[in-house]
Amino acid sequence: MKKFYLIYLFTFAIVFWSCSKDSDITLEPVNISLNFSHTWNGQEVTSSAIDTSRFINENGDDIRITRLRYLISDIVLTHESGVDAMLTGYHLIDIMDDESLSYSTADEIIPGEYTMSIRFGFNNADNQDGIYNDLNTASFDVPAQLGGGYHYMQLDGTYKNSNNDDDPYNYHVIRAFDMTGTNEPQDTSIKISLGSVTVGVNTQVNIQMDLYEWFSNPHLWDLSELNTMLMSNYDAQIKMSQNGASAFSLISITQE
Amino acid sequence: MKTFLLLFFGFFCMMACSDANSGDQTYIPIPATLDIPVLFQDRLIDPLIPTNNPLTEEGIALGKKLFFDRRLSGDHSQSCASCHNPRNAFTDNSQFSNGIDGSVGTRNSMPLFNLAWNFSDRFAWDGKELGLEQQALEPVQNPIEMHSNWSDVALKLQQDTDYPTLFLHAFGTSTIDSSLVAKAIAQFERTLISGNSKFDHYLMGSTTLSPQEMDGFDIFTREDKGDCFHCHGGENNPLWTDNGFHNNGLDAVFTDLGLGAVTGDPNDHGKFRTPSLRNLAFTAPYMHDGRFTTLDEVIDFYSEGLQNSPTIDPLMKSIDQGGVQLSSEEKASLKAFLLTLTDHGFVNHPDFQE
Ligand code: HEC
Ligand code: HEC
Repeated sequence: MKKFYLIYLFTFAIVFWSCSKDSDITLEPVNISLNFSHTWNGQEVTSSAIDTSRFINENGDDIRITRLRYLISDIVLTHESGVDAMLTGYHLIDIMDDESLSYSTADEIIPGEYTMSIRFGFNNADNQDGIYNDLNTASFDVPAQLGGGYHYMQLDGTYKNSNNDDDPYNYHVIRAFDMTGTNEPQDTSIKISLGSVTVGVNTQVNIQMDLYEWFSNPHLWDLSELNTMLMSNYDAQIKMSQNGASAFSLISITQE
Repeated sequence: MKTFLLLFFGFFCMMACSDANSGDQTYIPIPATLDIPVLFQDRLIDPLIPTNNPLTEEGIALGKKLFFDRRLSGDHSQSCASCHNPRNAFTDNSQFSNGIDGSVGTRNSMPLFNLAWNFSDRFAWDGKELGLEQQALEPVQNPIEMHSNWSDVALKLQQDTDYPTLFLHAFGTSTIDSSLVAKAIAQFERTLISGNSKFDHYLMGSTTLSPQEMDGFDIFTREDKGDCFHCHGGENNPLWTDNGFHNNGLDAVFTDLGLGAVTGDPNDHGKFRTPSLRNLAFTAPYMHDGRFTTLDEVIDFYSEGLQNSPTIDPLMKSIDQGGVQLSSEEKASLKAFLLTLTDHGFVNHPDFQE
């Protein structure tokens, strides 16, 4: 409700603003497409790399990727006048599913100059247990014993251990949850500022996630120490969230 | 509202009458809807019904009759139900199902329920069948299953006293062919819904679990114990399967390549579709080749019997020790929990019996 209200308010603001400036830009609201691509330290990663390509992380571990799914939500566009438009909806990206690499917002917005942000995962308000049927069906939920809500990311694969054998890693990012109850659950979703975006007809916002970042900074990731059972590892979740902060970037905006 | 319904009903009668009078064969089948459990409605997306095969009362009834009809096999000895018995949650108890000639396959028969929620639409252990309609065509012509051919079957059904009318009512034509048989069977299969187990009642707050069952659910979920939920669902995915394909570590060397033989991709070698954990009490033996006779054997396997291979799923842990080594108490709890997914109402459902 609040979101709609904001959009209305915003429409008003924009109408006023444009009248006063006597501009002739079109004010038909449009939706925005978000396209996601993936890299490893700059090198392109597509579905064909899954299970086949090997990558070396900052710590020198030789890894393979078997699965990559993650969640984007909370798309906010702030107009240069300072008014926020929050677009409803969330989106699950699965690198094996080409269609999922593009997402067209359900809400529409008036063309103009904005700064844009998206969120990796769900913030606490949105991360409620069991309420998203498509994500439940995709088995992307987090069991109540592990804090409930949803996964933000499932990155699974193997790395070469010291004997040069493959050992599994499950880099699963969720809300930090302490099963012992010592620490309060912590919202580890990541707000990603994409910078300025000019919204027009058919705006494509091209976003890239560099997987290398999850393993490098600020926390150098040592897979021999942190590999599986990370969902119940509160401290690991905090570190993952900090590492993920630099993983996403806006690479281009195109108006087609 | 009432008046409207009455009017509508009247109109319907008139239409039906005029049809009967003119002898014109435009019987309109009655649209049917699935009886979806509340829990599924609350937590899952809507089931998949192809637009070119909408559910109708007549289609479902016809599909059921065909599913139990032995004339679909070469020597009239076998129906779909011979290997998909309602009392066994629509599978059978043999390791490999026997075809009509006594020939034995290499795969364990699969239970049939909640099939309309398999959104990838890939069926069979290895995903080789795309869609239920497509799948239904296969067993009839499979030489190690019903070993018949579709022109014979269509002819037999055409010569029957009842079938032509039943097809007319379901599909608007009395000319029987394989694709209509498959459509009818697929409609019946979509009505096979299992969502009424003790655990479902627990989730809806209408019953409680014993401490052992609760412990078992905890072991099922915990990452350092079972970590079963990533593949087999949980309280928010009451299908108890992700319907995906995984290598869960049964073999170091594959005799059956599973999905790999279908896709031709070596990275898919040894991957099979995750089965639902509902109704395990009725569906022994287990796995794609029915290698485990009891649930205890399955649990022992996950606990200490994992075999390493290049395609083993990264979710399988402590592989060099064969698994996470559950204690006998933990194993007993896990089993007790798994059995709370037993749905007696489903296997005894009057609509699903011959
Ligand atoms: C001789 C035993 C046998 C008969 C008869 C038989 N099936 Fe099956 N069915 C199997 C086996 C074995 C599988 C697993 C096949 C595989 O993975 O290769 C299977 C798989 C299936 C599946 C896939 C289920 C899933 O979840 O993917 C469906 C649906 C099915 N059968 C329907 C039928 C229908 C309909 C008929 C009758 C037209 C039929 N079957 C006759 C043995 C049989
Ligand atoms: C990586 C995904 C994955 C995980 C994790 C997993 N399973 Fe499975 N499970 C499968 C697959 C795939 C099969 C079928 C394998 C085959 O037949 O080749 C299966 C088969 C089974 C079966 C046999 C069902 C039948 O109808 O034949 C049972 C029971 C089972 N799993 C229970 C469990 C339990 C309990 C756990 C946790 C200890 C678990 N699974 C963890 C993927 C998984």
